[in-house]
Amino acid sequence: MTSTPEWCRPRAVPEPVREVRLRVNGESRTVVCRGDTPLLYLLRNDLGLRGSRFGCGLAQCGACMVLLDGRAVPSCDLPAWAAEDHEVETVEGLAPDPVMSALQQAFLRRQAAQCGFCTSGILVSACAHLRAGAATDPVSTAEALERNLCRCGSHGRVLAAVADAAEALQAARRAECGADGPPVTAPRADGPRGAR
Amino acid sequence: MSGEPPGAAAPALPGGLPAQYSSFGGSLRSNPLLSRWLRFVPGGRVRVLVGKVELGQGIRTALGQIAAEELDVDWSSIEVLPAGTDSSPDEAFTAGSRSVMDSGGALRAVCAQARALLLSVASDRSGIPAAELGVRDGAVRDRAGTEHGSYWTLLGPGRLEVPVTGEAPAKDPADHTVVGRSLPRTDLPAKLTGAPAFVSDLALPGQLFGRVVRPPSPGACLLAVDDSAARALPAVVGVVRRGSFLGVVADREEEAVRAAELLRASATWREEDGLPEAATWLRDLPGRPAERIPVVRHGEPVAPERVAAVVRERYGRPHLAHASIGPGCALARWDDGGVEGGVEGGDDGGVEGGVEVWTHSQGVYPLREALSASLDLPADRIVVHHADGPGCYGHNSADDVAYDAVVLARAVPGRPVQVQWSRDDEFAWEPYAPAMVTEITVGVDAAGDPLSWEQHCWSTGHDSRPGFAGQPGLLGGWHAADVPAVVASDPPLAVGGGTARNAVPPYAVDHVDVQAHRVTDMPLRTSALRGLGATVNVLAIESMVDELAARADVDPLEYRLRHLRDERGRAVLETVAERAGWVTRSTPDAVGWGLGYSRYKDVCAYCAVVARVEAVSDVRVSDLWIAVDAGQVINPDGLVNQVEGGAIQATSWALLEEVTSDRRTVTSRDWETYPVLRFGRTPRVHVTLLPRPGEPPLGAGEVAGGPVTAALANAVADAVGVRVRELPLTPERIAAVISA
Ligand code: FES
Ligand code: FES
Repeated sequence: MTSTPEWCRPRAVPEPVREVRLRVNGESRTVVCRGDTPLLYLLRNDLGLRGSRFGCGLAQCGACMVLLDGRAVPSCDLPAWAAEDHEVETVEGLAPDPVMSALQQAFLRRQAAQCGFCTSGILVSACAHLRAGAATDPVSTAEALERNLCRCGSHGRVLAAVADAAEALQAARRAECGADGPPVTAPRADGPRGAR
Repeated sequence: MSGEPPGAAAPALPGGLPAQYSSFGGSLRSNPLLSRWLRFVPGGRVRVLVGKVELGQGIRTALGQIAAEELDVDWSSIEVLPAGTDSSPDEAFTAGSRSVMDSGGALRAVCAQARALLLSVASDRSGIPAAELGVRDGAVRDRAGTEHGSYWTLLGPGRLEVPVTGEAPAKDPADHTVVGRSLPRTDLPAKLTGAPAFVSDLALPGQLFGRVVRPPSPGACLLAVDDSAARALPAVVGVVRRGSFLGVVADREEEAVRAAELLRASATWREEDGLPEAATWLRDLPGRPAERIPVVRHGEPVAPERVAAVVRERYGRPHLAHASIGPGCALARWDDGGVEGGVEGGDDGGVEGGVEVWTHSQGVYPLREALSASLDLPADRIVVHHADGPGCYGHNSADDVAYDAVVLARAVPGRPVQVQWSRDDEFAWEPYAPAMVTEITVGVDAAGDPLSWEQHCWSTGHDSRPGFAGQPGLLGGWHAADVPAVVASDPPLAVGGGTARNAVPPYAVDHVDVQAHRVTDMPLRTSALRGLGATVNVLAIESMVDELAARADVDPLEYRLRHLRDERGRAVLETVAERAGWVTRSTPDAVGWGLGYSRYKDVCAYCAVVARVEAVSDVRVSDLWIAVDAGQVINPDGLVNQVEGGAIQATSWALLEEVTSDRRTVTSRDWETYPVLRFGRTPRVHVTLLPRPGEPPLGAGEVAGGPVTAALANAVADAVGVRVRELPLTPERIAAVISA
């Protein structure tokens, strides 16, 4: 008994090697490989984007999250062909994005990580969540991070940091428009650092 | 700046070192020269070399703070290098919450001496008495503020080739300006921006990818394999078979995975049913062959007429997985023996006739020894570098995968090979935290107070790290030799024990008899998980205390305080109770409150916990209040972060976790069959640190596990009205106890 990803199970004819064309972080990239190669491997090994981490290869942990046309998806079991003709964004490419940078600053201020192996995947999920303008109370944020696992137990700080980032973005928007932006900020998490 | 005059010599310890450097274990004895620890490099930088490794606990930051403090250099000039056998002192393993005590204590002695040395050299040169000189930002200044050289101008490498004496006085904690501050961790920015930060992110020129095909079950033996389909893949560079060790190297990662699956499909194994029935595993543990470890026996047996009642209960927990978020990964490269063009991309370095390894192991030196023994290669031909990995929480696959990388890389000399375990490999082959049972028998008097306390704990060993029991202890080595894993041992009682860890009740009882039983028949390989036996022993002791309090009809806090003599222990209990509002707590239907207390390993930090749970369709932990006394704290926020993390992980253990198996093999092999706590069930964690700046630092990295587990068990008992004595506290187990 093993739990093996579907794509690598032995089968009669593997997909042929060909040119796979991707749009990653706004650039066109071409990789020569089989069309069913998981996107994560192309990002990490061929494009040098190692911020998306390998955690399970089974779409169960979220360490490898990327944005596909703005939606957070695991890249570890996403065949390269399914990413062709779509916009892929990784944690590296998202750095200049105001939402991502607000998140990263908040994570840094809260020291919202221990080993940090889960963190880039969490940041990508949180980025999609905040960009969508969804509610950011702890319950909604936790729901948005339901596909992300953290084994070190940084959960409380992560939820608090996402709330901080939402608030900072809201404040920035207010300063810019001179009026309230869309209601992305829920009541602040209570209590000391680490409380959710 | 602290221009303190040398104080009176502190009393010497048996090792000849003053008490102010009270605990650095073997760190200094194994690495006696200043130069082994410290280097002043041009550009005003200080390189600190330590043998302890970053595991996500922020140790590099904390140790850097200690160095900056004692040297009086700017914090930002400190660089704590990753451990490596070619550079850092040998500090064995980073484990047991001892890094700040060992490495920190050693570093404090080293840096205080370097500072004193700097002052004496400056004094010789300037003719100004050392007592009239001080150090600021690494430069020596007299009272008028004139500079007289610095670490960089006066302490070149030759000057540091002197033994550490431990005689230089460390700073008075009252003068600390860097230690005690919540400085941000230096390693986090890279990890928060997706920069390459982990061993799996290393990419050397010409790097290849390896995968190992593990046996289908622990007792399986490889009979035959047809590797033609795997070899037919153009990307495959080599297939390695030694005994039941089977692996493949390819020039693309996905092809290595594919080839491994082809090999798996064409391999024939001999298998047998070697595992006990899951349902009886814990129940039968006390009957299995075991080594008896007497722990404590004190006080006269209590006269039978004083004993009003005898209470006996058993508490237990199944095997747990470390379940690191990232499976094991390592990189290795063998010297190509000078073959021209052997290394594509013309890389430098390498060890002549030997191998270089990059690993997230907890101990680079012990791993080097283990590799040396299992490869029959002199240790000086192996260099082991530490690179950060995903959190490990104890002995997981990190060392095993390093062996795998070394063996696969040997097939392609000169080419670096990265081996990545799969999620399935990790769950099926990591050494688990042993299943454990603790039985406590208490004789109580008419008032319900304990007179006698007898405790027995059973589990397989908690230590099979590289080098244990004189064994390399590497999984692939056993597979290659077709021998079963060597039975795990326990760390000696002097360093906290394994099965016996925290087995002695902290409460005052006339007669105490505690024995541990290390079970020597080990169907599943086991080793150290954060806390070792403390988790189950504290669960058992603190559950029993609650059961006794209930029988005596006394509040659990009051009952504990009645029998706990240690003032610092009482202080954490009182603090946490006050923070949580214990006395005025309200318990609407289905809400429960529980307490847990322990002093980790009886010598490390003190911790008391109050848990509040809601038990409706399943158990939800709303709040954990935690009070910790860890003595002097180097980085308060770093410690709080670790305690929060430990608490959330312990919540996950207590509510959800269990390694499952059938008669043949492990069946919990992914995140669906081995669920852990998710964001939706995050408890609010409120940590209070008791300020003790004048006390020595006490290890605290593992402090929360036992007391949180116990507090949860007590809170669930409070909420549902019956006691579930076997973890995890799942709805099924709770229902079974209710209906029994
Ligand atoms: S690595 Fe992709 S979800 Fe786990
Ligand atoms: S910080 Fe280590 S897994 Fe999340």
